[in-house]
Amino acid sequence: MHWSSLSEFIRMGGYGFYVWGSYGVTLILLGGEVLVLLKRRRAVARIAGESKIETRNQNFEAVIR
Amino acid sequence: MSKRRINWYKYAAPANFYPLAGKTIPFFTVVTALLFVVGLYIGFFVAPTDFQQGESYRIIFIHVPAAWMGMFLYVLMAVYAGIGWAFNARLASMMATAISTTGAIFTFISLVTGSLWGRPAWGVYWVWDARMTSTLILMFLYIGFISLQASIDDPRRADRAGAVLALVGLINVPIIYFSVQWWNTLHQGATFTARSFKMAPSMLWAMLILMGACWMYSIAVVLVRVRCIIREREREAPWLTEAMA
Repeated sequence: MHWSSLSEFIRMGGYGFYVWGSYGVTLILLGGEVLVLLKRRRAVARIAGESKIETRNQNFEAVIR
Repeated sequence: MSKRRINWYKYAAPANFYPLAGKTIPFFTVVTALLFVVGLYIGFFVAPTDFQQGESYRIIFIHVPAAWMGMFLYVLMAVYAGIGWAFNARLASMMATAISTTGAIFTFISLVTGSLWGRPAWGVYWVWDARMTSTLILMFLYIGFISLQASIDDPRRADRAGAVLALVGLINVPIIYFSVQWWNTLHQGATFTARSFKMAPSMLWAMLILMGACWMYSIAVVLVRVRCIIREREREAPWLTEAMA
C-alpha cells in the first residue's frame, strides 16, 4: 500500500482528474448500460404478462359466450 | 468421458438457447463482480507508481481492456452476423445485434479514457494519429451497424443489411491492431508482446484480470440482451407463449 491518506489517494499524484475521470466515465457508461437493459427486460416481461392476461380474457369470453 | 454426445446444433434454436442462457447469467454476473474488485484492488493498491508517468498510467487498467473488447466484440459481432446471413440462422443474427451495443460502449470508453490519458502523457486530448483515427472509425462502424438495423422494419432484412456492413468493416480491425507498426504513431506500441513484458508483474496482472472482468461483463450483458431480443422478436412463437403461460 503506497497511499498514506485518502486525500493522497484521491489526488493520484496530481492526475486525479484524468484517472478518476476515466474510471468515472467507465462506471457511468457500464452502469447505464445495465440499467437500460434491466428496464428493457422488465418491459419485455410486462408485455408477455399482458398478452397472457389477454389470452386468458379471450378464453374466458369464449367460455361465457 | 461419457459417451453421450452433445448436440450443439440444438442450441442454435432460440427455444433451447433461451433457458440455457438464463441459467448461466448469474454465474457470469458473480464472476464479473469478483474480477472487477480483485483487478481494481491490484491496480490501485498493489501496482507501484510508474517511474515515468507517475499515477496517470493507472488509466491503462481500464483503457487497454476496453480497447481490446471494442475490437474482440466487433470480430465476434461480424462472425455472428455472417453466420446468421450465410446459414439463415436467426439466433446468430440476434447475437450480433446484442453484441453491437456493448461493443460500441467499450469502444467509446477506450476513446474517452485514451483521450484523458493523452492529455497528461502527450499534452493533447486528441491527435489524428493512425490508431486513434482507426478506433474512431470502429466507433462509427458500430454506430452505422446499430442505426442501419434500427432503420429497417423487417428484422431478417435488417440482419442481412447489418451483416454486409459488419463484414465489410472487418477490414478495419487489423488496421487498428497493426497501426502502431505500419505508421509512425504518437500512440505507444503494443502493451504486451510475446518477447517481453515491459510492465511490473502486478501492473500486468491488474490489466489481465480487468480484461477478464470486461469479458465476463460482456457475456452477461449480451446474454441478457439477446434474451430480450428473442422475446421481442418471437413473441408469437408457441414455445414462448407456452413457457410463459
